[in-house]
Amino acid sequence: MKHLDEYRDGGLARGLAARIHSEAKPGRAYAFMEFCGGHTHAVSRYGVQDILPENIRLIHGPGCPVCVLPIGRIDQAIELAKNPEITLCVYGDLMRVPGSNGASLTKAKAGGADIRMIYSTLDAISVAEREPQREIVFFAIGFETTTPPTAMAIRLAQKKRLRNFSVFCNHVLTPAAMRQILETSDPQSLPLDGFIGPAHVSTIIGTAPYDAFAGEFRKPIVIAGFEPLDVVQAILMLVRQVNDGRAEAENEYIRAVTPDGNRIAQAEIADIFELRESFEWRGLGEIPKSALRLREAYRDYDAERRFSMERRVARDNPACECGAILRGVKQPRDCKLFGTACTPETPMGACMVSSEGSCAAYWAYGRFRASQRRAAE
Amino acid sequence: MNKILSLGRKLDLRHGRVDLSHGAGGRAMARLIADVFHAAFDNDWLRAGNDQSAFDVAGGRMVMTTDAYVVSPLFFPGGDIGLLAVNGTINDIAMAGAKPLYMSASFVIEEGFPLADLQRIAQSMGEASRAAGVPIITGDTKVVERGKADGVFISTACVGAAQIELSLSGDKARPRDAILLSGSIGDHGVAVMSRRENLCFETDVLSDTVALHELVAAMVAAGGPSIRAMRDPTRGGLAATLNEIANQSRVGARIDEAALPIKPQVAAACELLGLDPLNVANEGKLIAIVAPEAAEATLAAMRAHRLGAQAARIGEIVEDDCCFVQMRTTFGGDRIVDWLSGEQLPRIC
Repeated sequence: MKHLDEYRDGGLARGLAARIHSEAKPGRAYAFMEFCGGHTHAVSRYGVQDILPENIRLIHGPGCPVCVLPIGRIDQAIELAKNPEITLCVYGDLMRVPGSNGASLTKAKAGGADIRMIYSTLDAISVAEREPQREIVFFAIGFETTTPPTAMAIRLAQKKRLRNFSVFCNHVLTPAAMRQILETSDPQSLPLDGFIGPAHVSTIIGTAPYDAFAGEFRKPIVIAGFEPLDVVQAILMLVRQVNDGRAEAENEYIRAVTPDGNRIAQAEIADIFELRESFEWRGLGEIPKSALRLREAYRDYDAERRFSMERRVARDNPACECGAILRGVKQPRDCKLFGTACTPETPMGACMVSSEGSCAAYWAYGRFRASQRRAAE
Repeated sequence: MNKILSLGRKLDLRHGRVDLSHGAGGRAMARLIADVFHAAFDNDWLRAGNDQSAFDVAGGRMVMTTDAYVVSPLFFPGGDIGLLAVNGTINDIAMAGAKPLYMSASFVIEEGFPLADLQRIAQSMGEASRAAGVPIITGDTKVVERGKADGVFISTACVGAAQIELSLSGDKARPRDAILLSGSIGDHGVAVMSRRENLCFETDVLSDTVALHELVAAMVAAGGPSIRAMRDPTRGGLAATLNEIANQSRVGARIDEAALPIKPQVAAACELLGLDPLNVANEGKLIAIVAPEAAEATLAAMRAHRLGAQAARIGEIVEDDCCFVQMRTTFGGDRIVDWLSGEQLPRIC
């Protein structure tokens, strides 16, 4: 595929890997967190770890929106969908996310709830136009990348004067989560030398928001695309920053990301949404000013107000180590539940929920590495 | 002629719809069966008008399968549910290395279903069964109330005959066996998805639905008992099929991404939808696990057949207590090719 194969070229990868091998200092360990699920996916799918030196460790961060959605919000969505007047439109990977007591949207659908899988917010608008007698609620989820399409849907609903469309808003903000990880982790226990910064998120917010991290927390950040060569190139740039003692926000993804980002999208988001005081992240807990809700002027499109949705609090299994794993303090195999009670078929914690979560990635990939090591011994 | 007259008014095959009387056992049902199914499947067994059909069998090993088809949409680029039902059922028999002989077809039809669509489906089944040389010799028709089915569901069965010395089975893969794939993967799944109501996208990819028994016969002639197992990677795609075989045989499999034939359009559609071609369904491809000494001869026989022109040796069976299916990626790393957890769902980012 043109414009994609170029970024998956094994020959170029070997060249970059050779440079990383020669520049990474054998005497030191490097730990980099790839924030986004998209990076985690590229790392697992293309076997990026295999071409890196042993002393470079990748920590899979919390940047998978499905993983960090708290159980209580899933419970709320299931409750909403049980209302016979409501059609809940959702992105596909939310369907299997477990709520309390083993409930999920898939099971609610089987139980008769009208839940429809959509691919775009425009699909939800079409459903609302086609079925004016039903209340159509879009289950909005995601980081800054998926917020503009939600904003666009609300704008479109306004223009079309749709009276039966609303949004259950769960949009969250990347910089707030990165800050939380850095602020709440003990620097001694957090072996983090830098971040591979978000790709698609940065096309919206630009590179400017990351300057503060590099300055304030002295952690190098390299914004990188989601293709495997992007990831390897970013790792080389991070190794160089660490070796030079630099902590800068650099941009590997210059083909898509600019310093200012997408100003039209930013303006639309600012017009329709406002910051929540606080929002719960599964695995990370409450994070102040880390999520969006609809402004008062758009209250008619806000499902939480429209249907007087009540907040639900539900706890993860106390043995679940997702919080420590998301911060990079622990590894999936350190968790008692991993691979026993918690598997991709029966996920207990945030990191196993989506294939991009760190435990799911380790399940699909790390077990294999472990078996390879056993075979080698 | 008299017989047809006795069945009452002719069906309006252009504008008519199936109603509950077409499943009630009376004249209307007899008319539907005669005008739609017998007309399309036309053979002596059906003409005899019995509730069952008899045929003689040679001594040896018989193979039997049953299958159900519930695809949505019913018509898709490159085929329809009827074509899929005939080819898919034949392929299940063929994967035993057997020659498919006779099949049955039962229809559960939703009230209100257009007769023109039913006729179109029946005709494509008739054509497919004639082309394959596997007559549909018995069947059944039921009509259910509107909302109790999704257009039409088809259930089939098929019997075939296998050479007694052949006993292909998924538990017979051994380390060093070659893994052969007959052609490009993901075509069917992408073609069907391109016509899903909420997903329409433009592509020229056609479903690969086809009966594979002739290709299998050519392979059996070349590889004989050295062919340990064959399977068509339908739902769950190549990933599921390789995992099934690895688990049945308590071995691992190692494949090479660079050797996998994937059409650029299929790769692009999967990229767009966040799907992995390894998990996408096929309806006209097979994989064969073949002892290393017969692998090249079997591959040559596949490539000499029109349905295996793109055939490739994609990897080998390895020793592995964990039964992992591994893939060397084009990028140079290794990854596990796992089963899907639940349904294949698109990723949001």
